Amino acid sequence: MAKIPIQVTVNGQSHQAEVEPRMLLVHFLREELGLTGTKIGCDTSQCGACVVSMNGSTVKSCTCLAVQADGAEIGTIEGLANGSELHPMQEAFWDNHGLQCGYCTAGMIMTAVEMLERNPHPSADEVRAGLEGNLCRCTGYQNIVKSILAAAEKMGGAHHHDH
Amino acid sequence: MTTRIFGSGIRRREDPRLMTGQATYTDDISLAGMVHAAILRSPHAHAKINNIDSSAARSAPGVLAVYTSADTEGVLNPIPCAWQPPDSDVKAVNHNALAVDVVRYVGDAVAVVVAESRYQAEDALELINVDYGVLPSVVNPQAAMASGAPQLHEDAPNNQAFHWVVAGGDADAAFAAAAGDSQNQVVVSDTIIQQRLIPNAMEPRSAVASWQSAMGELTLWSTSQNPHICRFLCSLVTGIGEHKIRVIAVDVGGGFGSKVAMYADEMLATFCSMQLGRPVKWTATRSEGYLSTIHGRDHVEQVEMAATKDGKITGLRTTVYAGMGAYLSTAGPGIPTILHGLMYSGPYEIPNVKGDIFGVFTNTTPVDAYRGAGRPEATFLLERMIELLAAELDIDPVEIRRRNLIQPFEDGHDVSTGLTYDSGNYQGTLDLALQQVDYPALRQEQTELRSQGQYMGIGVSTYCEICGLGPSQVAGAVGFGGGLWESAIVRFYATGKVNVFVGTSPHGQGEETTFAQIVSDELGVPVEDIEIIHGDTDITPMGWGTYGSRTTVVGGGAVALSARKIRDKGKALAAHLLEAAEEDIEYEDGKFFVRGSPDQNKTIQDIALMANVAWNMPEGMEPGLEATTFYDPPNFSYPFGAHVAVVSVDVDNGHIVLQRYVAADDCGPQINPVIVEGQVQGGVVQGAGQALWEGVVYDDNGQLLTGSMLDYALPKAHLLPNIEVLSTVTPSPHNPLGVKGIGETGSIASTVTIYNAVIDALKPLGITHLEMPLSPQRVWQAIQQAKGA
Repeated sequence: MAKIPIQVTVNGQSHQAEVEPRMLLVHFLREELGLTGTKIGCDTSQCGACVVSMNGSTVKSCTCLAVQADGAEIGTIEGLANGSELHPMQEAFWDNHGLQCGYCTAGMIMTAVEMLERNPHPSADEVRAGLEGNLCRCTGYQNIVKSILAAAEKMGGAHHHDH
Repeated sequence: MTTRIFGSGIRRREDPRLMTGQATYTDDISLAGMVHAAILRSPHAHAKINNIDSSAARSAPGVLAVYTSADTEGVLNPIPCAWQPPDSDVKAVNHNALAVDVVRYVGDAVAVVVAESRYQAEDALELINVDYGVLPSVVNPQAAMASGAPQLHEDAPNNQAFHWVVAGGDADAAFAAAAGDSQNQVVVSDTIIQQRLIPNAMEPRSAVASWQSAMGELTLWSTSQNPHICRFLCSLVTGIGEHKIRVIAVDVGGGFGSKVAMYADEMLATFCSMQLGRPVKWTATRSEGYLSTIHGRDHVEQVEMAATKDGKITGLRTTVYAGMGAYLSTAGPGIPTILHGLMYSGPYEIPNVKGDIFGVFTNTTPVDAYRGAGRPEATFLLERMIELLAAELDIDPVEIRRRNLIQPFEDGHDVSTGLTYDSGNYQGTLDLALQQVDYPALRQEQTELRSQGQYMGIGVSTYCEICGLGPSQVAGAVGFGGGLWESAIVRFYATGKVNVFVGTSPHGQGEETTFAQIVSDELGVPVEDIEIIHGDTDITPMGWGTYGSRTTVVGGGAVALSARKIRDKGKALAAHLLEAAEEDIEYEDGKFFVRGSPDQNKTIQDIALMANVAWNMPEGMEPGLEATTFYDPPNFSYPFGAHVAVVSVDVDNGHIVLQRYVAADDCGPQINPVIVEGQVQGGVVQGAGQALWEGVVYDDNGQLLTGSMLDYALPKAHLLPNIEVLSTVTPSPHNPLGVKGIGETGSIASTVTIYNAVIDALKPLGITHLEMPLSPQRVWQAIQQAKGA
């Protein structure tokens, strides 16, 4: 299959690659770039384990072709912490037991970060509604919701002006 | 005195790697020269394989090999079933890694392709041409035992995989007495369908097999809950010596029982690596997992309960048809028998029980342990019978329970099924749960809502479960093909830092934290200085794995006992170094000191240094500070509790809202209450899934209609309330920490609690039975029927 050249910036670093047009973005991230923090939990775009940010909005990277990311800025879980300093959302998940097996966590955290960018002070119901596209089998969601609310409190909306 | 670390809700120590993308799950592994396997699966539930033409696939781009049963037969032994209850005539039919001549369920593996990339392997699957002769199939376990049903295996007439009986007291006599005394006794009955469920661990199964031919050694990375069992069974299937196999379960993304079994797919990856001399990775897609990873539940049950008219239970009788799928999975037969039938007394005094349990082959995905495994089904049928009894006798369902609950006991209580429960205070959790919801006020509110035409329901359950599996002698007696003890090595280095190597293999339950808390509590070492190592059979001592809520109970017991051995040795060494008699040495908070002179002391770190350098050891004492324990518990553990659910049902559209859920559980002393809460919340929601949303649907031809996450409805955040988690503490007298296990209580209790609440809501309409999941369509239809009647 003919390959197509793409340029993608991932976590601030530019990558040039040639990919099959059918290659999924999640496979490009995991297998070509070795960024395995983004997970694959389903094949029908239900579970949200593969959520990454693309030009500031979350996408399910299993439902996006690598060629669609040509020229885009992608953010993955690996780029969220600032060195050894965790992102407040990661800190909140840690403080509130927002994860058990950890497999859905990257997608949950990437979704939650964008959720607060859109709505810095969500209600619990709004958080639950905002997790419509993310499945977790371990936690029953309760501590994920608690984590996101705690992060919202801690971030106080100030992150809104960081960009 | 410092605050005890045992009992403290500290943050989990495994979380940083899991939250940052630095964790390694099996599919994250990439090895030099690694190639990819994809498996061709049968599209038919039952068919003869007339011919397989894989020539086009073999010459497809990137393809290294295509294998069928012609290649694997005689090389790979059949996948074993490792739990065969005695006196039950188990038909351990051959389950070949690749189907030989006949496929028996949609998903049965037919061929495997290895290619340079996973895309190429998947492409090549489509080029394999299989000529099938379709045979009649059967998917319902009760129908499969009827005469004339399609037969799956020659060796299993009527598709009967086994027949096991549980009996205590004389149930037949109790029911005969009830029938002959209708003045004073009643019998209630129902047919209960425990629908099939898909476990849905978020991480699909995956394996990386790396065969090193020069040494005859295999390394198998596998998404396993029990790597040592995996190694054991892998040696049986492949013929490789157990000492030449290394199984590594790195970070595992949930299991819920579905990663206990030995699967054909992992053995195929191994076979391919051995054939090609290259590392081979196989990772299931989600839809592939729905076909090939075990399912749970799948019972058709006829249940009846006899009682006196003042509500005292006199007997329980069941006939259960338990679907096993097309082959017996690793632990499959143990689930509806030992883990189900033996719990027929629940938390109650039921003097006479009898269960006829039939394991049945059907043209479906094999069934095995799924969170709770047999015990949710036992709890469900008991709690349904109690509700029916309450309705029949017009006694409040809570009051019926109170009249039958076993009185509080601290050290052993025998029930009619032959088990000896460890300790219990069932009224205690019931009182706590009812207090939390203010039960009388809630009933009052219900009465008012009913008068306004609103349908609110209150569901209650009391349960007791068997876990902490278990004494090995009993494991052997009940046909479990292994032991059920656990192991732990506690190793101190000269710097005072500690590694703990354990045979269990947690995958989300947090034992990297709670085991460190145990060691810290026993020895006064900060948790930061303790690292728990698990999941690698070359590094960790033999153990039987993480399932059946046994890791903390049995594995934690081994950890505690090793820590106590370290303390004993530390005391002897401290006495020597302090030139005091050993009986004059006291230990507190990580310090050994001479009684009455706390300044004359050695810290545990001093001891670790001196033991490791061994410059000045007492006569006869070995160097080093390390202890190993193989711990076999004297009994199972029996957590218990009471749950309450409040639902509202919209009778215009059948829509159910779970408004409130209270779980009052007793798992003994809690090492980390935050982790306990998390286990309960997650378990309750999984059980809610069975009640309200989840269910496998096969059509009459054995096609899996719920074949993806698009079609199988999992619980979502916006459908759920916060779960209110309460607890009491009744220590188990039967293990070193008094702990009982909490991983499965939620899913054991919540399905029937919610079901009871929905039936209670619909009571004014006279509805006493619904099939799960309680979808709006089903509820609406039942309401229409009831109104029509």
